[in-house]
Amino acid sequence: MHIHSRLFHFIGLIFFIAFSQPTFAKLSVLACEPEWAALVTEIGGKHVQVFSATTARQDPHQIQARPSLIAKARRADMIACSGAGLEAGWLPVLLKKSANPKIQTGNPGHFLATDHVQLLGKITDDVTNIHAAGNPHVHFDPVRVLSIATALANTLETIDADNKGVYRMNLERFKASWDIAMQEWKQSAKALAGRSVIVHHDSWIYLIKWLEIEQIATLEPKHGVPPSSGYLADLLNLVKTQPVDMIIRSGYEDERPSQWLSEKSGIPVVSIPFSVSDYQTPGELRKWMDTVIAKLLQGKD
Amino acid sequence: MIKILAPVLATGLICSMGVHAAEVSYGFTLDAKYSDYREDPEEYELPGFGLGGEAGLDEKGFSINHSEFSMQIDAEHLTAKLTTIIEEEDNHYDVELEELYLESVGLGNGITLRAGQYFAGVGYLNRQHPHSWDFADAPLAYRAFWGRQYIDRGMRINWVAPTDLFVELGLDALNGGKYPSGSHSWNGVDAHVLYANFGDDIDESQSWQAGISYYTANVDDRQSGGHQHGGGDEDEEIPNFSGDSDVVGLNLVYKWAPDGNYRNRNFKLQTELFLRDEDGDVVLKGSDPLETTTYRGKQEGLYVQGVYQFKPQWRAGMRFDFLTSDNKGSDAEILEEASLDDEGINPKRWSAMLDYAPTEMSRIRLQFNRDESYEREDNQILLQFVISLGAHGAHTF
Repeated sequence: MHIHSRLFHFIGLIFFIAFSQPTFAKLSVLACEPEWAALVTEIGGKHVQVFSATTARQDPHQIQARPSLIAKARRADMIACSGAGLEAGWLPVLLKKSANPKIQTGNPGHFLATDHVQLLGKITDDVTNIHAAGNPHVHFDPVRVLSIATALANTLETIDADNKGVYRMNLERFKASWDIAMQEWKQSAKALAGRSVIVHHDSWIYLIKWLEIEQIATLEPKHGVPPSSGYLADLLNLVKTQPVDMIIRSGYEDERPSQWLSEKSGIPVVSIPFSVSDYQTPGELRKWMDTVIAKLLQGKD
Repeated sequence: MIKILAPVLATGLICSMGVHAAEVSYGFTLDAKYSDYREDPEEYELPGFGLGGEAGLDEKGFSINHSEFSMQIDAEHLTAKLTTIIEEEDNHYDVELEELYLESVGLGNGITLRAGQYFAGVGYLNRQHPHSWDFADAPLAYRAFWGRQYIDRGMRINWVAPTDLFVELGLDALNGGKYPSGSHSWNGVDAHVLYANFGDDIDESQSWQAGISYYTANVDDRQSGGHQHGGGDEDEEIPNFSGDSDVVGLNLVYKWAPDGNYRNRNFKLQTELFLRDEDGDVVLKGSDPLETTTYRGKQEGLYVQGVYQFKPQWRAGMRFDFLTSDNKGSDAEILEEASLDDEGINPKRWSAMLDYAPTEMSRIRLQFNRDESYEREDNQILLQFVISLGAHGAHTF
């Protein structure tokens, strides 16, 4: 009898170890873009293990639903993505194939940054539905990033209540340093206010609104469509009559259209990293925004 | 009429299940083609293979075959998908049900269940809609083994392993009422497909996926096109196969893009091999007295293709097809009439294509085939225009 009950206890313990979620295990987060991975690092700290599905050198609109990403989604406790249709071409495949209930729409582990801020650039009359929900590139607005950080901390607390205090503390620390950084950026970017730019793709509306820059045109005549030579010639005529300070493109975009326009018009091209290159180290988001501002300041001169 | 009514009713049923917060999306894809062949598409054959399903060539000239209308309902734990396509037969168009199934969402433990009519888990291309293929027509192996594509009714269980390496295992239990499993089903479940897919990244720029599938069926009365002797259609004899059919499929997909950025340049290599083993009897229906022979078929089909996007919007691709067969039976003459004699020919085809995407939702493709499928070598030109409106599902790897 005594032995039996011990045996049952032992078996019970084995089952407990095998099937319970150990509280010391790290939360596994699959981020769609490196900026959200970096934010997860800031707020989650040591308690999360984060992987970014893309890098700053990849166009997040055009990502393959790679087998490795399905394997990651299968075991994730949470996803952290932009939303607003940015990942419409690949994220649904990852979610569905993973069969992972935690990360499906409507569950706390389905975190979309654009769900937590107001979006600019809503397009309503487009049959293609691209960006119908609004422009998803919100990580270029530090004010919105702050709101998203708060929402992310709330989500982490919901999923992992045991470490609530840590997430709250990390959020407060992030907020404090981000507030100081925002003041510095605004100060140094004063010289950019009122400048006018041409952008490659419509990815910059949050940044230029925040810095009070004016967007004259896009190099893409339509979403995702490279400019024809005729369209570029029109732009060349436009910049003859209207002063433009710089042409902005992201690191992953084809450099030829902006180079061509720059050579013909003498307007400098600024290539801006679209996101952080290292998302595992805290403080990288801030460094990245430092770089963005610095590049713009260089470009204006 | 019933053909159209059934899917509509079924969809209505799904809608009325009263799943709250369900999202409904619609999509329409126009797949317009202009085809020009030197030879008559009516004469088309693949010696050694009794063709069935939709293995034949599209008509010469303009066609909107396989344009589709799709509807998807996403509820909390369930997805319902309906696709109807336009099928052309003898110069008139029919709207036919292609897919209608329910699938579980986020069931947990990597398990997904599916029930309904859907693309079976054989091979790699079989699981994709033809308008998202990289060439305007099907590989010869798909024509020879699957009647272009194998769609059937049944149930699927799919499991993704909790590992870093992507491992997916699945089983389809199918009616076996469609080509190549037969023309109708006697026993309920007559065909099974077991499949396993694996995949990973090599580095930031390169990814791969490899798959193996095993199809096994008890085939009842599979009709196929016979070998025409230039005679009229009046006394047509239709070959019917009954027996066991096993097909092993191997496939490999490799993708590359500089820094993993697919926007500007990328490359895709794709290859599939099918090995078929059949054992049974072939009867020429309509013959008097009834002609019959035993039949033991060993057939192989392979294609290799590469597609390179050399600048945004522009892609060029090459494809090579190869088939070989070794069929035996008690009556060689009947096998020959059933088009199961290879006539000493191993069907081959070379294809080249160039395509341009004016927008993210459309594509224009020019394709040239040097077709050495049968004794009459053919040069084929295909011009394809695909445009998708509304929701179009995310793309699998």
